[in-house]
Amino acid sequence: MRDTLSSTISSVTDLLLKRQAAPDVLTEQTGAAFAPVSPVEIEARAVSKTFGATPIFSDVSFRLARGEATALVGANGTGKSTLLRCLMGLIPTSTGSVHLLGQQTDEATGRQMRNMRAQVGLVSQKHNLVPRLSVLSNVLHGLLGKHPGIRHWSHSLAPQSSRETAIQALERVGLADFAHRRADRLSGGQSQRVAIARAIVGAPKILFADEPCASLDPSAGEDVMELFFRLVRDENVTVVFTSHNIEHALKYGDRVLGLAQGRIQLDATAASLSSADLRGLYD
Amino acid sequence: MTDNASPWNERARFELARFERPSAISFLGYALGLVVIFWCLAGVGFSVEKVASAPPRFADFAARAFPPNLDPQVLSRLGWKMVETLQIAFAGAVIGVILSVPVALLAAKGLIAGPWVNQIVRTGLSFIRAVPDIAWALVFVVAVGLGPFAGMLAIVIDTIGFCGRFFADDMEATDKGPAESLTATGARKLDVVACATIPGSLPAFISTSLFALEKAVRSSTILGLVGAGGIGIELKVGFDLFDYPTAMTVILMIAVVVIGIELVSGWARTKIIGEQR
Repeated sequence: MRDTLSSTISSVTDLLLKRQAAPDVLTEQTGAAFAPVSPVEIEARAVSKTFGATPIFSDVSFRLARGEATALVGANGTGKSTLLRCLMGLIPTSTGSVHLLGQQTDEATGRQMRNMRAQVGLVSQKHNLVPRLSVLSNVLHGLLGKHPGIRHWSHSLAPQSSRETAIQALERVGLADFAHRRADRLSGGQSQRVAIARAIVGAPKILFADEPCASLDPSAGEDVMELFFRLVRDENVTVVFTSHNIEHALKYGDRVLGLAQGRIQLDATAASLSSADLRGLYD
Repeated sequence: MTDNASPWNERARFELARFERPSAISFLGYALGLVVIFWCLAGVGFSVEKVASAPPRFADFAARAFPPNLDPQVLSRLGWKMVETLQIAFAGAVIGVILSVPVALLAAKGLIAGPWVNQIVRTGLSFIRAVPDIAWALVFVVAVGLGPFAGMLAIVIDTIGFCGRFFADDMEATDKGPAESLTATGARKLDVVACATIPGSLPAFISTSLFALEKAVRSSTILGLVGAGGIGIELKVGFDLFDYPTAMTVILMIAVVVIGIELVSGWARTKIIGEQR
């Protein structure tokens, strides 16, 4: 298995060496076809993270282009979720830098950071809805980055235009009829679909998804992934998602980044990989 | 059969687990604890003779206090004083709970204020709690004069000390997931707190507020002892004038009201918080 991984890594390295990328644009092989030149939307430069004396990962570098769906895979404890949080600027990197939508996150002011995040959505493993509030209020909260203030705290106070936007987002995930139901009265799959509606309601340029179907049964998980990627493909949204599901990584990702032993050990187009290649990361 | 497997050893294994020899430091700790307890008993003048002689005196008091004074005029006067007591408690507790929310936001770590502000506000809340409610009532009697308004202010301050601390603890302990999801979409700290942290802490807030109300009702019944309004003044006058039947009526009224409030509060807590899955 180690041999398979090594050969994959060397072939990927060759592939990367052959890539001719300009500083701010990438020419990507997405699936079978070459995508047009796309601006870089997320860039990690030699990023390392330690918690106390415990290193999580080090020297992580990559550039993700607009519209690209990237699967971040790796065994438990390799730091996938931590890397995702570093990319969003939710936790600081120990060394190195992250550039999100052309702005270096650790140099951004609070206002710049909020403006940057207003173009970002997050779907977590646990849907993270506020249980006692209505589904509609939860979705409206996804607009707080663009419309801060009390009018978007609750569906009762929200302007009509925002309510309509939120209802449209719920329609896209098939839950418009549940708008006034309390969030804690939903099933796991429904809750995750509401979380997706909250993430897409602000028409983000980038979506991060941290194991979006890990808490769901296989059928509901498949439905959520199908829905999620159908919605984001329509809008040319850049997606970074973590997953333990190798089939999901290959099916929904254009590109796969593999974390192992605290480093990026795999960086390749999903089309060039097989399930066996990814299983090597879990040995 | 080896020694280790003998029935005696099997029994001894369980016996040893039951009794553990204390370490020297633990032994010293226990001994010191006993010394402190005896020192305290000596300090309060603990006397077995006094304890033994108390029942006849108590029986004498009971004989003079019973039956309680059920004169309609007295009951009417005490009833209105009890209404005033509840007004002090409700108004003080509601205002205190409302004011506790912004105070708790400043006291809770990692929400809207930095660690220095958190520490200063928490120290302030500790000071408020360290001063007993009756002492706050004395302060407000001096500040605003005799009467129920001073009592209400004392309850407000006492409630802020209690709820401010527990609201802050509740918000620190609430699930961070929803807050992180909103932060990731560019929401401001205040929006995150209003939309994720406070709604997430609401069941705990309700429970704490109901405890604060019970506490306020209990406190308000004695604030009258220092002239801060309520039924406490009737208790003091009853004992001062050796009018034990009236004093007994006051004691029974306080007991009924306090137990009633506790029952209603317990029912409301189950009803409101029990709705959350």
